[in-house]
Amino acid sequence: MIRVEFLGPIKKEPLEIDIQNLNELAEILKDDKEVQEWLDNSAVAVNDTIVKSKDIDLKDGDKVSLLPPVCGG
Amino acid sequence: MLNIYDGALNVSKILKDWYEEESKNNYGAYISFVGTIREESGISGLSFDIYEPILESWFEAWQQKAKQRGAIIKMAHGRGDIMLHESSYASAIFSPKRRVALELIDEFVEDFKASAPIWKYDLIDGKRIFALDRSTAIKGSGILGAQK
Repeated sequence: MIRVEFLGPIKKEPLEIDIQNLNELAEILKDDKEVQEWLDNSAVAVNDTIVKSKDIDLKDGDKVSLLPPVCGG
Repeated sequence: MLNIYDGALNVSKILKDWYEEESKNNYGAYISFVGTIREESGISGLSFDIYEPILESWFEAWQQKAKQRGAIIKMAHGRGDIMLHESSYASAIFSPKRRVALELIDEFVEDFKASAPIWKYDLIDGKRIFALDRSTAIKGSGILGAQK
């Protein structure tokens, strides 16, 4: 299973889903009303490392995080 | 050194502690930056969420960059609600000479604003409203979106 976490202002509880890669996650989330508005401006981390491509395979136990636009300070 | 506090920072103590920690370590320059909540747009304060695992790795990468230039970085940030005229952020560079510290504080704080996984909310009339218009998408954002 893959755990998907939605950080900051994205109002959605974590998901535990059976997917093989980020392309499958994109397919699932594009129809999710709570998340779809964030897909174009959120960064994605796999196991707490930000990734620059969705052509990434996932393995059982991986954690995916969505990080919407930031503003510290 | 990276410290996260619940609520506002005790700035005078933090800056004093940093000074005392490094005063005998032969750094010729100490430059600090402090972020304080200003009165604007009817807010009573700001509120912050922080994702620490990625913040820590981002900070550690900067610490390594600073080390290569003979400098060190310190940073503190508040989490949760922080009210007007309180401070949410402090960072500092210690370096042998001033030029490295002046350049690094600029580069570090700008990248902090653009990359550190921290989310800011306005506190207005008891509501907590995400400050999307003042936020920046992290480099590489949008890979799950329609355009990619």
